[in-house]
Amino acid sequence: MTTGIPLHYFLIVSTLMFFIGIYGFLTRKNLITILMSVELILNSVNINFVAFNRYLFPGELQGQFFSLFIIAVAAAEAAVAIAIIISVYRRFTNIDVERVDSMKH
Amino acid sequence: MDFSFTVWIPLLPLILFVFLGLTSGSIRPKISGYIGTAGMTVTTLMSYFVAYQYFFNRPAGSETFEKIIAYNAVWLNLTEKLQINLGILLDPISVMMLVVITTVSLMVHIYSIGYMNGEKGYSRFFAFLSLFSFSMLGLVVATNIFQMYICWELVGVSSYLLISFYYERPTAVAAGKKAFIVTRFADLGFLIGILLLSYISGTFDFVTLTNPEGALITQGSSLTFMGLSVMTWALVLIFMGGAGKSAMFPLHIWLPDAMEGPTPVSALIHAATMVVAGVYLVARLFPLYVFAAPDALTIVGYVGGITSLFAAVIACTQNDIKRVLAFSTMSQIGYMMLALGVSGYADHHGLGFMASMFHLFTHAMFKALLFLGAGAIIHAVHSNFMTEMGGLRKYLPITHITFLIACLTIAGVPPFSGFFSKDEILTAAWEHDKFLFFIEYAVAGLTAFYMFRLYFNVFWGKERHYHHTPHESPLVMTVPLMFLAVASMFTGFIPFSSLVTSDGKPFETHIEWMIAIPSILIGVIGILVALWFYKKENGIPEKMAGSLKHLYKWSYNKFYMDEVYLFVTKKIIFNNISRPAAWFDRHVVDGTMNGIASATNRTSSGIKGFQSGQLQKYGFVFVSGVIILVFTFIYIWFN
Repeated sequence: MTTGIPLHYFLIVSTLMFFIGIYGFLTRKNLITILMSVELILNSVNINFVAFNRYLFPGELQGQFFSLFIIAVAAAEAAVAIAIIISVYRRFTNIDVERVDSMKH
Repeated sequence: MDFSFTVWIPLLPLILFVFLGLTSGSIRPKISGYIGTAGMTVTTLMSYFVAYQYFFNRPAGSETFEKIIAYNAVWLNLTEKLQINLGILLDPISVMMLVVITTVSLMVHIYSIGYMNGEKGYSRFFAFLSLFSFSMLGLVVATNIFQMYICWELVGVSSYLLISFYYERPTAVAAGKKAFIVTRFADLGFLIGILLLSYISGTFDFVTLTNPEGALITQGSSLTFMGLSVMTWALVLIFMGGAGKSAMFPLHIWLPDAMEGPTPVSALIHAATMVVAGVYLVARLFPLYVFAAPDALTIVGYVGGITSLFAAVIACTQNDIKRVLAFSTMSQIGYMMLALGVSGYADHHGLGFMASMFHLFTHAMFKALLFLGAGAIIHAVHSNFMTEMGGLRKYLPITHITFLIACLTIAGVPPFSGFFSKDEILTAAWEHDKFLFFIEYAVAGLTAFYMFRLYFNVFWGKERHYHHTPHESPLVMTVPLMFLAVASMFTGFIPFSSLVTSDGKPFETHIEWMIAIPSILIGVIGILVALWFYKKENGIPEKMAGSLKHLYKWSYNKFYMDEVYLFVTKKIIFNNISRPAAWFDRHVVDGTMNGIASATNRTSSGIKGFQSGQLQKYGFVFVSGVIILVFTFIYIWFN
């Protein structure tokens, strides 16, 4: 069995990251920060995957593969999201979510 | 003989109706009048041909007139047992009705070309006439009671359209509505009767229904409701429909008002054809009435008798010439109903049936003549009221002669046709019911009196001041008068008893002079009294009216029947049923619905703030919810 840092340390870090991400996602008005919050949530999940893989099934690699997938998907998502943010900025000259509301009414 | 071409007899007027209705306004009115008349002529000729083939050219060796289904099409195939067909049934009465309807309709078409000349809605008028002809012809040739009901309603609609033809006049609109509502109310009874009858018998078909050897006749007599068999109820309800259409007491109130329509319409619909539909209906189901429900037949007879007396009394005091004729029509239809009511089945027992059909035939001719004559008079003096007429015989010679012939016919003076048919009715009544017989004698006298009162008031008496000198109508109007006058004179010689009988077998009749002579005398007395009263103005009528003050007043006000109806509808039904129902509808039914709507409205306006469109707020709510749930579950699991 592995020695060193126990599993729940990882879990505490990932939980904190997750809730910080949620908090940022819910409270921030700036699209870029919202995107960053989403990345935080994804990365907290990554930490969970890797940690559980390491501690529960040390001989297997699924958890780490999943992390790689998530990183790839997150990268793609970030690219798309930033493209959208740029075009929103061009259209509205700001990226505040509460002011991008011309479809609402 | 293949009779399948008869399907064109009703269809041709239908095509004309569609054509005239669609082209009205785009072709010259005169042209549409001519087209309508030409089409009607073709229909009439076809009907005459059918009548000739049916009555005088039958297969050798056959003694009876069979019922022929000339055409039959399944219209609605609902289930295997429930089918509604449309077709053509030819038997003595329907063939006779074809002749009556097409003849009168053709005369009215020709007459209307002159009478309606220059009126607004000329082509509309002809379109409606065609619609009426179609529905009436479809009614008489119906192979089943449902087809009859459909055409029955169509006839009602065309009657409504034609009564309120002058729709700019409020009285005409009201009269149309009254006619429609009263007859529609009666048709409710008819419909229930049809449903009952078809429930008992399992068929709509006339041939099966009226087969006197069929098992049907005895069915339904075992079921009883309130002391009468269900069959009797069904037939009484069916008769209610017939009474509504035929203006029998107490459903007659629409007919006098229906005179608001143009006079040719009154002649066609409200004298000669549509109003006898009720008589035709009873005649059509006659074997059922005789064998399955004699009680219903007695009701028919008494309703007819009462109506004929009631209407004759009213007719004696009316001033509007068209209303006199309307009440006279009611009275004569009462005669026909009475004749059916006192009739038996087969041979000489069926005398009443044959007399009724005979009278229907002759009445159609002379009553159409009277109405068309009245139209010519109104055309000449521009008034409906007898008090504004007098001494017209010099100005309207043809109208005068033809009107006199019609009056003599209806008064039952031989050798005019009315004498023969009335005599047969009286004979039939004498053999079955003495009470009705004496009513009819009284009515015969009254009829002669009020018709000649009309005649003397209009054509003799003092000349009035007219807007312009009255002039005779154009030829197009007088030719129908002359044709109908000839018909009134000679149709009495048609040997009806060998053509139209209850069982299709001919039988011998002869004039019962013991009955005929008193009836002639009564008629002549009526004429003489009218002559004495009205030939010259002499104050006798006023004195008579004074001495019979109450009777006169009641008769003049039509026995206050309209007031009774108004009282019943306005005071009793409106106040006690309609108003509470309206209140319930407005406050309870509508209130519930409005309450639901406003509650929804208020709730939604209260909570619409939640729907902000801010995804972050939704997310916040979602996450809080998840957290609350998680803690709740943890709490539950670990305790």
